[in-house]
Amino acid sequence: MYSERFQKSIAAVEAAREKNIALEPQRMTAQQKEDLLATFHPDYKKDEFAVLKIGANKGDKVPTELAEMLQAHSRITADSVDLSNPDYETDVLIIGGGGAGASAAIEANETGADVMIVTKLRIGDANTMMAEGGIQAADKPNDSPAIHFVDAFGGGHFAAKKELLSKLVCDAPEAIQWLSNLGVEFDKDADGTMVTTHGGGTSRKRMHAAKDYSGAEIMRTLRDEVFNRQIPVVDFTAAIELIMDENGNAAGAVLMNMETKELLVAKAKTVIIATGGAGRMHYQGFPTSNHYGATADGLVLGYRVGAKLLYAETLQYHPTGVAYPEQIFGALVTEKVRSLGAKLVNVNGDVFMHPLETRDVAAASIIRECSERGTGVDTGDGQGVWLDTPMIEKIGGEGTIMKRIPAMWRMFDKYGIDIRKEPILVYPTLHYQNGGLDITPDCMTTNVENLFVAGEAVGGIHGRNRLMGNSLLDIIVFGRSAGQNAAAKAKNVTVGELTLKHIEKFENEIAEAGIDTDKVSPKLLPDYTNKR
Amino acid sequence: MEKMVNIFLFGKKYEVPENLTIMTAMEYAGYQLVRGCGCRNGFCGACATIYRIKGDKELKACLACQTKVEDNMYIATLPFFPLVKQVYDIEKVPVNETVMMQLYPEIYSCIGCNACTKSCTQDLNVMQYIAYAQRGDFEKCAEESFDCVMCGVCSSRCPAGISHPQVAMLARRINGKYLAPGCGHLEDRVKEIKNGDFNELIEALMQKPIEEMKELYNTREIEK
Repeated sequence: MYSERFQKSIAAVEAAREKNIALEPQRMTAQQKEDLLATFHPDYKKDEFAVLKIGANKGDKVPTELAEMLQAHSRITADSVDLSNPDYETDVLIIGGGGAGASAAIEANETGADVMIVTKLRIGDANTMMAEGGIQAADKPNDSPAIHFVDAFGGGHFAAKKELLSKLVCDAPEAIQWLSNLGVEFDKDADGTMVTTHGGGTSRKRMHAAKDYSGAEIMRTLRDEVFNRQIPVVDFTAAIELIMDENGNAAGAVLMNMETKELLVAKAKTVIIATGGAGRMHYQGFPTSNHYGATADGLVLGYRVGAKLLYAETLQYHPTGVAYPEQIFGALVTEKVRSLGAKLVNVNGDVFMHPLETRDVAAASIIRECSERGTGVDTGDGQGVWLDTPMIEKIGGEGTIMKRIPAMWRMFDKYGIDIRKEPILVYPTLHYQNGGLDITPDCMTTNVENLFVAGEAVGGIHGRNRLMGNSLLDIIVFGRSAGQNAAAKAKNVTVGELTLKHIEKFENEIAEAGIDTDKVSPKLLPDYTNKR
Repeated sequence: MEKMVNIFLFGKKYEVPENLTIMTAMEYAGYQLVRGCGCRNGFCGACATIYRIKGDKELKACLACQTKVEDNMYIATLPFFPLVKQVYDIEKVPVNETVMMQLYPEIYSCIGCNACTKSCTQDLNVMQYIAYAQRGDFEKCAEESFDCVMCGVCSSRCPAGISHPQVAMLARRINGKYLAPGCGHLEDRVKEIKNGDFNELIEALMQKPIEEMKELYNTREIEK
């Protein structure tokens, strides 16, 4: 139940509902989109970015908060760690226990390589677990990898690395098949046909889902498989610094027990960074839909040993984060809600955009309603617009919400809002790190030998914006590939003497650039203590 | 002025704003969480929590990130519970109830107390899905257990020592892999790709100048 303050606006939304359902809103022209983004998208706010003074991307701009972490001190000095007697030795060291890390581990294990996962929380504490809407793959007869390529390339503003994107779309159907064979329960019709829907910016219905627990269903299955294969998982243990060998190749990591703070050394022939995203950096003060540990650790680890970043200045603000109630402020309302027919409506009950524009355009459009146009809804804590969820039941029939998006129903029901009968309030939330470490199609970084990357820590697969359902896809496609390639590479690697010399080198660069900072990185966890 | 309530974290009293969740209330009180905090959105099951309201006999369970504090709430978090996870090869499991007899025989010791269902943080009918597992009805077990976040509260309350979330996990994987109908269009597409049917198309796209790609994108036909 909404309080009195919302009732007048809700009445307007209800009165216009039938008309709004029938309405087919115009999609924006390329020029309209460009203008909208330039004025209202957070990526275009110049004073929220800083220019890097050191490292492989010296001269590039990145979010101020990220620059602070990339140019911070190491948590350790080289002489505080004894590298001569490693606590762990393995062929492939995987840093991160999300979808990409787990996929990599399974595939590396499949080749017979020794592989281990270290993760700063638990395996499965990852953005993968929270992905609700689905995973793209062009497997329907009216679709093709080429059409998928065009959708993703255009949606990412023609900036994706083409060789990465073509791998993403061409390996997509096999990724779905692999997951199915592991036992992931995709939504299907009785004859086995996949139930697929649109996402923002798709030209074919290629979004596969497992209700609105798509990521959770994938993650728990991968985790179960990792356990079945008895792959070692060292949990509550963060990688805080990469270890190199005397030849300048990646050769392991310094680990820190998150509870006891004990330092440990893992030596490896190849290393895979699968540390995920950065929502908990709260760029520009935005709330986030991300899990607790999403603090861009992998970017920091890689940058310190000289790896290059690509598009680190582009973030994805998911258009529909929860704006109300405050207890779930910033939580994700899956795009699938719009795929199923719900439209975005302003305070007056007017549909102000096509509900399936790409995410950056949709976010900017909502911000415009809530700022320049003054047609947002005042929530008491801020602004939002309506997402008219009751439309879903009218279009798809009664029961559609419980069948297709039960998690959404449950999340709001806890606060007395029945999304089958009442619309919900949304505002953009920090959702995804479009940029990350620069890799070649074999998942190795472009300039640090034996250092592989998979998942959200990669930059360039999607360009400057990502379509819904292409991230769950990339963690599987590139996770598997990283595992296979890192395992194959490990066969021909002889690790030289281990060293942490890069820390001192980086410290010198900090000093020479005149950077005055008391920060250490990676951040590992956000600090929410004693705050609201 | 926001209204404050008294809560008891592991027995110690703190005064916190009434509109906080248990998780944010712990942080408000000064806890820097490491365990017992994962997705903060009700999907990961890291923050299983047991509580009792003073004067109330009933012990309740919830996810700390999804539950508002109440006055006189006595709170104990359950950030880890030793569930039994049996190791198996999904390629070789028998697709009938014998797999449950082999791996999780304790489910047949269920005494029907329903404590699991009563304690479920997701309001699932846990005892029912265990009954389906006992009979080897994996499809129904999978459906009934689908929203499980594997927080483990059910197992903490079970006198028979059943690890319900792991039983359900096995049932869902068997259902997804063996019982759900196969997907013809998926198999066809994988074959076509392996056969190289799309190589030329993709290669042509990769060679196209950006201006042509823009034209192609902006004029593409969108399925209704």
